[in-house]
Amino acid sequence: MSEPYTIIIGLEVHVQLDTRSKMFCGCSTAFGAPPNTQTCPVCIGMPGALPVMNRRAFELALKTAVALNCEIPRFTKWDRKNYYYPDLPKGYQISQFDLPLSQDGYLPISDPKGRFEPKRIGIIRAHLEEDAGKSMHDEAAGVADSRIDLNRCGTPLLEIVSQPDMRSPAEAKAYLTELKLLLNYLGVSDCNMQEGSLRVDANINLHIDTPEGTVATPIVEVKNMNSFRAVERALECEVRRQYELWQQTGQKLGDVPKQTRGWDEASQTTRPQRSKEESSDYRYFPEPDLVPVTTTEEQVERIRRSLGELPAALRSRLQESYGITPYDADVLVNQGRNLVDYYIELAEGCGDGKLASNWVQQDVLRTLGEQQIEIAEFPAPATALARLLDMVRAGKITTSRGREVLAEMITSGKSAEEVIKDMGIEQVDDSALQDLCRELIEASPKVVAQVKQGRQKAVGALIGQAKKKNPNVNPARVREICLELIGNGH
Amino acid sequence: MSLIDQTATELLAALSSGRLSSVEVTGAFLDQIESHDSKVRAFLRVDAEAALARAEQIDRHRKNGKPLGRLGGLPVAVKDLLCTAGEPTTCASRILEDFRSPYDATVIARLKAADAVLIGRTNMDEFAMGGSCESSAFGPTHNPWDLGRIPGGSSGGAAACVAAGMAPLSVGTDTGGSIRCPAALCGVTGMKPTYGRVSRYGLVAFASSLDQIGPIARTAEDAALLLEVLAGHDPLDSTSIDLPVPRYSETIGQPLEGLRIGLVPEHFGEGLDAEVEAAVREAVRVYRSLGAAVSEVSMPHSKYAVATYYIIAPCEASSNLARYDGVHYGYRTDQIQMMAELEAQRKELQQAGDDAALEELDNALIRMYRRSRAEGFGPEVKRRIMLGTYALSAGYYEAYYKKALKVRRLIRQDFDRAFDGVDLILGPVCPTPAYKIGEKVDDPLSMYLFDLYTVSTNLAGIGGISIPCGISSDGLPIGLHLQAPTFEEERLLRGAHMFQKATDWHLSSSFAHISTVFEAVARRFCWSVQRAGLAVDPLGPTRGALSPPS
Repeated sequence: MSEPYTIIIGLEVHVQLDTRSKMFCGCSTAFGAPPNTQTCPVCIGMPGALPVMNRRAFELALKTAVALNCEIPRFTKWDRKNYYYPDLPKGYQISQFDLPLSQDGYLPISDPKGRFEPKRIGIIRAHLEEDAGKSMHDEAAGVADSRIDLNRCGTPLLEIVSQPDMRSPAEAKAYLTELKLLLNYLGVSDCNMQEGSLRVDANINLHIDTPEGTVATPIVEVKNMNSFRAVERALECEVRRQYELWQQTGQKLGDVPKQTRGWDEASQTTRPQRSKEESSDYRYFPEPDLVPVTTTEEQVERIRRSLGELPAALRSRLQESYGITPYDADVLVNQGRNLVDYYIELAEGCGDGKLASNWVQQDVLRTLGEQQIEIAEFPAPATALARLLDMVRAGKITTSRGREVLAEMITSGKSAEEVIKDMGIEQVDDSALQDLCRELIEASPKVVAQVKQGRQKAVGALIGQAKKKNPNVNPARVREICLELIGNGH
Repeated sequence: MSLIDQTATELLAALSSGRLSSVEVTGAFLDQIESHDSKVRAFLRVDAEAALARAEQIDRHRKNGKPLGRLGGLPVAVKDLLCTAGEPTTCASRILEDFRSPYDATVIARLKAADAVLIGRTNMDEFAMGGSCESSAFGPTHNPWDLGRIPGGSSGGAAACVAAGMAPLSVGTDTGGSIRCPAALCGVTGMKPTYGRVSRYGLVAFASSLDQIGPIARTAEDAALLLEVLAGHDPLDSTSIDLPVPRYSETIGQPLEGLRIGLVPEHFGEGLDAEVEAAVREAVRVYRSLGAAVSEVSMPHSKYAVATYYIIAPCEASSNLARYDGVHYGYRTDQIQMMAELEAQRKELQQAGDDAALEELDNALIRMYRRSRAEGFGPEVKRRIMLGTYALSAGYYEAYYKKALKVRRLIRQDFDRAFDGVDLILGPVCPTPAYKIGEKVDDPLSMYLFDLYTVSTNLAGIGGISIPCGISSDGLPIGLHLQAPTFEEERLLRGAHMFQKATDWHLSSSFAHISTVFEAVARRFCWSVQRAGLAVDPLGPTRGALSPPS
């Protein structure tokens, strides 16, 4: 890197856990219900109501923490984070302060394109808390009217705080992609950023090399990023901004209070968010309405055993067992466990991992994208596609004809054999092909003359004619035979 | 014997045998309320019609042979901080004056299921913060023994109504002595069970780690009956303990054999009224005569109990009371006036060109919070919110809250060690008999010190009971405090009953002291007045919009 600075990035990710009910009451967590219909005395903070922990949420949180290689303390407790806001009806959020349910883990990341070396991103802690409600500020027509929807209030959130270990926006994006993938494989969250199931806040500053030594710029927290792409762009923008600002002002870490900036998608810039005059004091103290939670060694072991094969292990296995490149393994694994299962069945069925990988990446993924469907809904089962690939491999059918067959299999839902029969595709006997080529050569003296003069390309005309007479001919074979016949003096 | 002079146990026997109907019993207590409560002001609300209708229904069920709950038609008064579906639960505060709970507290549900007749809601210190019932936003309750004196608090109405024959049974809450202190000052029996024995779900929290619901009654036997209904595990309260509830009323008659009683020398020192000390020492003599062995137990950390309590309780309160912010329910300041003021101030500063002050001006939301809370809470509540907020602030947490938690553990250890050698710890409940209304209003510290003997029970999470043990030369009742290890409510009740079999302090009547004044009950029920358009429909969705009052 030629820049005279090092980028320091840490991420805080809030993940909504995939539970049916809320963190401390029985209300539904389903997204999209009419405002204030999924509430009860507990989650709207009625006087006298008390929280009761959702065991399932705690288990999902533990599962994630174990998968993130975290230490799981035997004892964890709840704390109250006190602040006033209209969408926080109790006046405090139940969270975890000094004894989180997990700490000191890591998530390995790598880039198949080689933009950075494989590395581990440290996880400081992952803890559980409840979500607040949603405020909608309508300042139209001069009437400042705020509306509050408490449906989300009390939804279980897992906050995953990374070490400031990322050194580029690309690493930050890779971390998020890998984290999301892991959460998908674990089945703990749907990670839908649009619905707010996954939210990212980034902390970033620069360590600038100067003749007097390294100087750190003030840390900025960036919020309001609605996609991983936005995170990457916001961080890129922030790197430029902080470096320019340092060049102009020389401001160092500690010179100014920590700033919060929001990403503005429209202008592709970060803008300062209204900072509160006084720094917030959340007056954390142990939540007296909940009892501490103890976790046993056996529980953690049971969870560890139940994790299944996680993305990193799966990537290595695909490379080793099916001979595909790290890049291909990455593409497949990143599509989720179901697609990997499809691929494995296909590769086993046709006996060629690379061929299977090419077809999945090109044809299958394209169709999934075009039709906006999941692999489970893909009309051609892996076994059916495997039989088609068998024929392609054996040269019984050409790759391009194979693609047409697959397209028809997808449309009609028929097997490869049925489609081939319907389309009248048969393998052309080699002696018949010899006869056809001889016939064409005799009818095209001009082509023959050109080829003899060394213009082998001219044979293309013969291939075209052959395909017209019989669509099932293998163009490569036609070319081969024609050149051979012409060369032999025909 | 007049009907209201009978104990709950006697009344229940009469109800069960059909000698009395619930309508007769309920009616008798309602009559007493109507004739005397304008002086005592034990109740914030009485719905005589609803109570009688419920009594009638229970009578009908009994007549039809339908099995009835444990309290089969007995009237029960409830402190006004236990949520009851569709009804106001004011906590004696302006801020909840118009609040109606959308749900039943677990104890309310249990009382209903036990076929109690909920006769009315009793007065209290605002949010249970106080020991005299004077901090109620709706005026103080008067001690039936001397109307110029406090009934104790915070469950002042709950104890006074039993003392005045307005209810045979009453439910209170105790955070630092709030059941035992008024029980002592009103000459009735009141128990604070072990923390976790009774569900707190629906009890409007003051200090969550200390609050506990308990019975107030004429006798230990009656308290046993009511506790049987109140106690038990509740999945809605994570701090409630899953232990079976003994049939207290069945074992209460068994005296405690080989009883070992402990006295804490620290509790007989400076500040203890001589008459109270004499009464307590006389009570110890009674126990000795019943075969108990008496020894001294040391509680070296008890001198820190009040200081510890007045850190922990306000800290939790400051957080528990944050929800009363005028946004979703409860009192909200007059917004039109507020906005007009804000606009005027803004204009003034703009004209003066004072940009700095303009920048400092609270926005409408902050202003709404500040004004709603300033107008809705009384001075004692504000004092404790400020104490707690201060103690939890960055830089103070370690010095105050964390240290208080450590001392709390030491206090608990004192008890654990003491109970190695004794079965019950005996002592005074309050340092003096009831003082005069207004006497300590301007001296909160001396009021806090009044909790000296009771707060450590809550800090340790154990159980305690207050029973009458004497009457002062001024004719005021004196209470005896019994404390037992966790979940030994049965021991407390049997110990108290032993004493009540041997003495008759608990049967002394305050009624002679109440002048009979017939005044219509309905005149003083101010709670139903709607204020500032803050009606809350408990069944509708939460009102989210910050809309002006209609």
